[in-house]
Amino acid sequence: MSSTIKSPWLIHYDASSCNGCDIEVLACLTPMYDVERFGIINTGNPKHADIFLVTGSVNERNISVVRQIYEQMLEPKVVIACGICACSGGIFKECYNTLGGVDVAIPVDVYAPGCAVRPEAIIDAVVCGLGVLEEKRAALAAGELPPAELPELPTAADKQLDGVSVRDAAAAELHAEIRDE
Amino acid sequence: MSQRTIIPFGPQHPVLPEPMHLDLVIEDERVVEAIPQVGFIHRGLEKLVTKKDYTQFVLVTERICGICSFGHSLGYSETVEALMGIEVPPRAEFLRVIWHELSRIHSHILWMGLLADGFGYENLFMQCWRLREQVLDILEATTGGRVILTACNVGGVEQDIENGELNGICQTLDGLRGEYNQLLKTFLKDKSVRHRLVGVGYLSEADARAAGTVGPFARASNIPEDIRSLGFGAYAALSGFEPITSKDGDGYARCEVRALEVLQSIDIIKELAEKIPDGAINQKVKGAPEDGSYAVSRLEQPRGECFYFAKGNGTKFLERFRIRTPTSQNIPGMVQTLQGCDLADVPLNVLTIDPCISCTER
Ligand code: SF4
Repeated sequence: MSSTIKSPWLIHYDASSCNGCDIEVLACLTPMYDVERFGIINTGNPKHADIFLVTGSVNERNISVVRQIYEQMLEPKVVIACGICACSGGIFKECYNTLGGVDVAIPVDVYAPGCAVRPEAIIDAVVCGLGVLEEKRAALAAGELPPAELPELPTAADKQLDGVSVRDAAAAELHAEIRDE
Repeated sequence: MSQRTIIPFGPQHPVLPEPMHLDLVIEDERVVEAIPQVGFIHRGLEKLVTKKDYTQFVLVTERICGICSFGHSLGYSETVEALMGIEVPPRAEFLRVIWHELSRIHSHILWMGLLADGFGYENLFMQCWRLREQVLDILEATTGGRVILTACNVGGVEQDIENGELNGICQTLDGLRGEYNQLLKTFLKDKSVRHRLVGVGYLSEADARAAGTVGPFARASNIPEDIRSLGFGAYAALSGFEPITSKDGDGYARCEVRALEVLQSIDIIKELAEKIPDGAINQKVKGAPEDGSYAVSRLEQPRGECFYFAKGNGTKFLERFRIRTPTSQNIPGMVQTLQGCDLADVPLNVLTIDPCISCTER
């Protein structure tokens, strides 16, 4: 076991969460659950962080912010999706402005489900993430860590509404209009 | 001549639990103008009324915001009940208000913690959040959820709180009051706290009215407006209700108003727990809202007045549902307080209005 995983620092970003999961992430850091006793510190600086906790689903506006924070973090790094919104889009999946879970923007290592995610589940996910962090660290030391594969960022036009993408629906509407004329 | 610079603030920023972006135009260390940008959390959930029927939609409204979650489900249920002319059993009305006030206590203590963190008093932040867990324990014991409660539904409430349990809650709250009073002393009397808050972000009564502010933000500028004093639901059963106000209009006043409201909420819960009538907790709902019918309702959320509008179209799906949230009302006032403040006070100024961005953008 290396020193990296004995005191992992984390950064938290609220993509488009309803706050429910955010306050549970904060609750983990405060006296009741107190993850600071494990050496975990919440930082605001991506360059300092080993673990990236994301709550909430991504939308057109914040998808690039999520990506930027991820890219600024140094290897080895682990991404944890907190809450069902971050895992898949959850209850807001069908909303016009929700592109999906965090994994459409960046690779996710651990999924912590729940709505709102319980602090126990977050701690569990972080412990799970530490294993991944250790693996990545060893691979990095051996020079075998492949560069992360970043998916292409979708835009609001790619959003599937009732089985058709917004772009296709708009194009079909335009065609129909031209045909009618 | 000093030079003008624009500093971006947010969306990811250590003092902001939620993403919000401000373009700060500064001259030396002084803010000349602040231009807010929103949209980071917009999900478009009002449109979901076309996909979820009116009884299911209460689950979506709970997730507008995780802090005032119960309030939103209450506001939505009241609107739909008004739309369909449903009579809610009195016991359910009382339980709703008890949960709503518990949410207010947890929201205000949470905010006080964030404020303490904002002015650099880490210990106080931790103490506030430790205390808040006691309220969350009550919520968990009575509903099963810590932040998302799923306790309210159209026609009443999901589960009952036994009278014996209500007594237990009152005892817990009495214990909490003792500990809370100690914190209160630090918040209101401590020299370093006063030093950071007094005079910061001043907003006069006239400006607060002109900017249309609501909630504790307005009450701290001496505007005694509180929807609870209109006596909706079980608030009518209270022997008296006076909104808490302050004349100073600065950060300290806002802290004071919220801090005292916690004690007021404890009193409300205790009074209602004594007066609560026995009986059913739920009214069966049948049918659908009539075509063309519409209803509005207002509610005092922890952050201020919230307005709900619903329109029916004869089916189980609402035609339109709209919410006007307190923070969207308070942003113009916040921008005013930012003009002319020091750059170092910006985080504190933003915090003192208790912004809830996920309500605002939905
Ligand atoms: S998972 Fe639930 S509590 Fe968490 S952000 Fe989504 S809706 Fe809110």
